[in-house]
Amino acid sequence: MKRTFRIGGVHPNDNKISKNAAIEVFPAVETAYISMAQHLGAPANPVVAVGDKVKVGQVIGEPNGFISGYVHSSVSGTVKAVEPRADIAGNPVMNVVIAVEGDEWCEEIDRSTDIVRECSLTCEEILARIKNCGVVGMGGASFPTHVKLNPPKDKKAVALILNGTECEPYITSDDRIMRERPVEILIGAEIMKKVLGVDKCYVGIEENKPEAIASMSAAAEKFDGIEVVVLKKKYPQGGEKQLIDAIMHRQVPSGALPIDVGAVVQNVATSLAVYEAVQKNKPVIDNSVTVSGHCMASQHNYLVRVGTPISKILEVAGGLPENAAKVVSGGPMMGKAVVNLEAATVKANGSFLIMTAEETVRKRESNCIRCGKCADACPMGLEPYLLNKLARVGGLYDELEKERIFDCIECGCCLYTCPSNIPLLDLIRINKAEVMKIMRSRPKK
Amino acid sequence: MTGTILFTIACLVVLGLLFSVVLYFVAQKFKVEEDPRIEIVESIMPGANCGGCGHAGCHAFAEAVVKAPSVEGFFCPVGGNATMAKVAAALGQEAVEKEPMVAVVRCNGSFGNRAKTNQYDGYASCKVMSALYTGDTACKYGCLGLGDCVSACKFGAIKVNPEKGIAEVDENKCTSCGACVKACPKGVIEIRPKGKNGRRVCVSCVNKDKGAVTRKACSVGCIGCGKCAKACPFEAITVENNVAYIDFTKCKSCRKCVAECPTGAINAVNFPTPLPPKPAPAATPAPAPQNETENK
Repeated sequence: MKRTFRIGGVHPNDNKISKNAAIEVFPAVETAYISMAQHLGAPANPVVAVGDKVKVGQVIGEPNGFISGYVHSSVSGTVKAVEPRADIAGNPVMNVVIAVEGDEWCEEIDRSTDIVRECSLTCEEILARIKNCGVVGMGGASFPTHVKLNPPKDKKAVALILNGTECEPYITSDDRIMRERPVEILIGAEIMKKVLGVDKCYVGIEENKPEAIASMSAAAEKFDGIEVVVLKKKYPQGGEKQLIDAIMHRQVPSGALPIDVGAVVQNVATSLAVYEAVQKNKPVIDNSVTVSGHCMASQHNYLVRVGTPISKILEVAGGLPENAAKVVSGGPMMGKAVVNLEAATVKANGSFLIMTAEETVRKRESNCIRCGKCADACPMGLEPYLLNKLARVGGLYDELEKERIFDCIECGCCLYTCPSNIPLLDLIRINKAEVMKIMRSRPKK
Repeated sequence: MTGTILFTIACLVVLGLLFSVVLYFVAQKFKVEEDPRIEIVESIMPGANCGGCGHAGCHAFAEAVVKAPSVEGFFCPVGGNATMAKVAAALGQEAVEKEPMVAVVRCNGSFGNRAKTNQYDGYASCKVMSALYTGDTACKYGCLGLGDCVSACKFGAIKVNPEKGIAEVDENKCTSCGACVKACPKGVIEIRPKGKNGRRVCVSCVNKDKGAVTRKACSVGCIGCGKCAKACPFEAITVENNVAYIDFTKCKSCRKCVAECPTGAINAVNFPTPLPPKPAPAATPAPAPQNETENK
């Protein structure tokens, strides 16, 4: 019996049309634009100046606070500028612009393809490596991994969960790394298990990836305490709380963190980054990115260096077709439209989707017919129609808090399922931010 | 039959009398002494309950005015000087004349001046749009034109011009209550004095980008060149973060800055006479790029 999470969820067509495109190494670019805000929390401080020579893997940004991270150069060359540049949404972010010259790596990075399983480092040394290599959550949230692997002393983890669900339609970058590099991913998991002091590791993979399930299961036989769990296909199974429910049958209470029920969830791509950081001393300088869309002539999975302009990726992938109307960073459910194609990739970019006007058009909104589909679909057990109604009145933050708007994970199930095409999430999202601001400003008990 | 009806009526009358006596004594016992002047002042107020004065509503305002030692520091933006004079008279005081104010949309980025760089297809609200990204033009500071201010205005004084795509204020209807200022996520709207005969000068731009970036995004944007600040004989103009700002307490509406501005970002309204011709070299570049963009 395949498992899944218990509350809500929707079944969008998975459109995994790029699943058979093997990961290609993306060609070198002329100029790399490396953002200092590649992780959740405070942006890094640039530590290079114009004219400096940098090598691949050299630190160019240092963390600025507890929840922050290192940023490394993904190319070798000369720093051309340190300036704010517009990110995919047009907001200015500090960038280090590097003119690429050759491909010279830092000596301490092991560039061989040999798989190293033996790890003799202590937990502190491992955490230091993960931090120094700038590993962040590669699933999209980009939370610094060293913080997540170092839970408060009074909370004890019982299991590590590797997230290989990739429940968003179209995206296949995690599927490809699970098929191509399963042993490395599992060594990463073994290292994280050691750091957390847990015996059990589950790898959650949805049933629509049979090849990944086969390759990961075969690799897992050589490891102790790692179990591949095949899950039913349902969105948003990749959400931390949903995945814990599906695999461990434990529900994270409202307002609590996964560690409160003894779980730590890491993406498979993060696990691979941990392996590379700890065993190969290689910082996060590249990641696999899906470039897909029904209007594209060919589908691709690339290993892209951080800081590659999106326009360049689209050009190499065959150029934007005539009828392309929208480029989405991330999946179609939660992804963001790319406003600025000159923006460069960051560590957590997993995919770029190219959509036509017909695929993306918003249908006309009509009245709520109180069918309750949104409440059925909400994986957090909220009532989106009610939240939306309260949000439209404006200013009813106490009521919204009572209705637990802060639990919303912004997955978009409500909006997807609404037969009246009501843009439920738009208003819920900004009101959630407002409510959370009010909650944070309250004095702590 | 009639007996039952009469009995019922008699019962109800007796009960009514009984309760009225009880209620009378209860009312006497728990009577709240309210200054009778509060009611008088409240009756003078326009009753819009807009909150523009900073109080919860007209009643709260009346209460505060009556309790305060003087009407100084109180102002009803809706009723204006006339209402305040009446309020002061009711309280036996002298009203302090205040200059009438008006909401000013500090953006001139109409479709012709500011080209769209992408198409927004989301929920029609400036707040939602600005939470998602910087906007559908290359300017990330200007009016988004989705009308959060329109729905905030209780007086129907602000409209989004469909031909221009930016908000416009009807100064006859505007009461300067400031609801639009709070509603605008971009901080484009400012409350400024209406000026003598409605004549006033204002920088219609809030773009903090460097000149070259602003110029690319909008043909009437302030590029922060500082020419206006140099031309101003009253030191009313300051250029900060690449955008000029006219301090209305110092401005004498001489319009020297309007003539000097190379992009036409400074607007003068309600002046009967056209602007005196400005010195030749500075004059030529101004209109040219504007027309160019409009033709596109």
